[in-house]
Amino acid sequence: MPMNATRGYHSGLVDLTSGQISREIFVNEDIYAQEQERVFARSWLFVGHESQIPNNGDFFVSRMGEESVILCRDRSGAVRVFLNSCRHRGMKVCRYDDGNAAVFTCPYHGWSYGTDGALVGVPFFREAYHSELDKTKWGLVPVAQLACYKGTVWANWDASAPPFLEHLGEFRRFLDLILDGWDGREGQAELIGGVQKWIIPCNWKFPAENFSGDTYHNISHRSVDLVGAGPSGRSRRDYNELNVARKLHVALPDRGHQTITYALPKDHQPQAAYQNSPEVAEYFRHCEEERRRRPGSNNRLMGAPGEIFPNVALLPRQPRTLAVWHPKSAHETEVWRFFFVDRDAPQQVKNFLRDYYIRYSGPAGMTEQDDMENWNYAHAASRGVIARRYPYTYEMGMGHAVENYEWDGLQIPGRVIDLTKAQASEEPMRNLYRRWAQFMEADSWDELMPWRHETAAQAAQ
Amino acid sequence: MTDDRIAGLLLTQEIASFLYAEAELLDERRHDEWLALLADDIRYWMPMRRNVKYGDTTREFTREAEDISWFDEGKETLVRRVRQIQTGIHWAEEPQSRITHMVSNVQLLQVTPNAASAREVIAKSRFLIYRNRVETETDILVGKREDTLRRSDDGWLIARRKIILDQNVLMTKNLTFFF
Repeated sequence: MPMNATRGYHSGLVDLTSGQISREIFVNEDIYAQEQERVFARSWLFVGHESQIPNNGDFFVSRMGEESVILCRDRSGAVRVFLNSCRHRGMKVCRYDDGNAAVFTCPYHGWSYGTDGALVGVPFFREAYHSELDKTKWGLVPVAQLACYKGTVWANWDASAPPFLEHLGEFRRFLDLILDGWDGREGQAELIGGVQKWIIPCNWKFPAENFSGDTYHNISHRSVDLVGAGPSGRSRRDYNELNVARKLHVALPDRGHQTITYALPKDHQPQAAYQNSPEVAEYFRHCEEERRRRPGSNNRLMGAPGEIFPNVALLPRQPRTLAVWHPKSAHETEVWRFFFVDRDAPQQVKNFLRDYYIRYSGPAGMTEQDDMENWNYAHAASRGVIARRYPYTYEMGMGHAVENYEWDGLQIPGRVIDLTKAQASEEPMRNLYRRWAQFMEADSWDELMPWRHETAAQAAQ
Repeated sequence: MTDDRIAGLLLTQEIASFLYAEAELLDERRHDEWLALLADDIRYWMPMRRNVKYGDTTREFTREAEDISWFDEGKETLVRRVRQIQTGIHWAEEPQSRITHMVSNVQLLQVTPNAASAREVIAKSRFLIYRNRVETETDILVGKREDTLRRSDDGWLIARRKIILDQNVLMTKNLTFFF
């Protein structure tokens, strides 16, 4: 039975009939505690990238929601993700950010675990435990499901969740835009060393909805547009495709993923960009041409900010980054931002992009600084008992999304709003919160997979 | 005292005075005058810091011009940062923060060619930056700086600044100010 998308959460906190959403879902600590259980403990979460753990024994300490996890490549080369907490008294077994290890030894009582998570060492096992402890039952807690996709590693604590690619659905092509090479070859992305981690005083849903496709916040970035931080020294980005492309909001209602994307015309020629550096400009021109020659529908899509439910933001265009909004409390978010380049790009191109990424993104990013100010004080000004009585409006463009959108022979999945004239809509945010409300209400994953029921119903006919 | 020791003391005091005067410009929001103290080829670098095993000192810091850092840039970008503040619509600094730089522990690590006629100096110092903005938002950032200072006709110029912040996860929502 399909979900009633307008049922809302807690009698209308998320009311998609009127397009109104209560401030409570951002500032209420009980709701925050509930969403740790109902959203984060059941969702596919981004953990890291295989290029961070190339060798057996390599590890990277990551997070899933509020909790610390260890991403590691075990002695046999398999990728593993465990809760970073000793089974005996809970101490973190690893407090390094990354490195290489043969075992993880707890500094409290000395229990040690192999890179496959198995409990291999218990001090005084014979004397104090009389050899009676069943070590096979006390390994590090593994995630219920793990998926590696084109180098990225995702994990889920819920064994009943659908496999990662099923969860991704038709959004896969938008994730591909960041993970495939600029010239369209599969899975060419690698991480630049160093993950930016910082804290924003706001609920995690503020950045999540912004990256879902907020094209309405130009005033936020007016100052950087004036002084120019883009690759050509102007504006914020080199987005000359805008002149010929259709700018779209794409939302997948049953998955909760949404993005901005640009659809290019069939006969599109690469636009001039990166003119500050002739070598870099030539590299991108070459890649774009290669990409255009490659078969497949993705060669006519240009990526732009998007969000994979619940807390992973993609920026597949430049700066090419992925951010995870880790909830820290109702009022704090710990952001982890990962930076991608094509692994075989010339060093000069990598350097050029790294410079651009740093001045654009993160706490020192001339663009993101202003976003964080807005999220910080939007959250702060929504906490009061009076403020909480007044919902936010998400009615922009309501009723204007279409299905089966097609332009110049290119079909786009999901619900689409053409922004070329409209400029902005709140379809992506409605999509995010519709899915969020479903997670908050559903008791089992069975209720969260309407597509399976549709498939079963079709088969029955 | 020997002439060498006196020259060394005078130079240390001269460099410390320069660093205090620089801090004064930043704290008084005289950003254009601050920019004039930066050499055209300045490198301004603030690595991120990892928790690593004892002794793994090279991996503790992200690498300049290779990895992602908090800052890793030259004068062109620093000028743009100042211009952004000066637009009056850079919301992260509008209204402007109240900032105080405390600079201390000034030591000369290297002097070229000698203290009496120094053309270039590598100076290390400690910083404590207090930032307060809007109503009660407050950040305290503490760490070390390693500056390469170059003597020009107009006085000392900063040719390189390496900033070592004593934090792992950055506990400040943004870095809209200068170190």
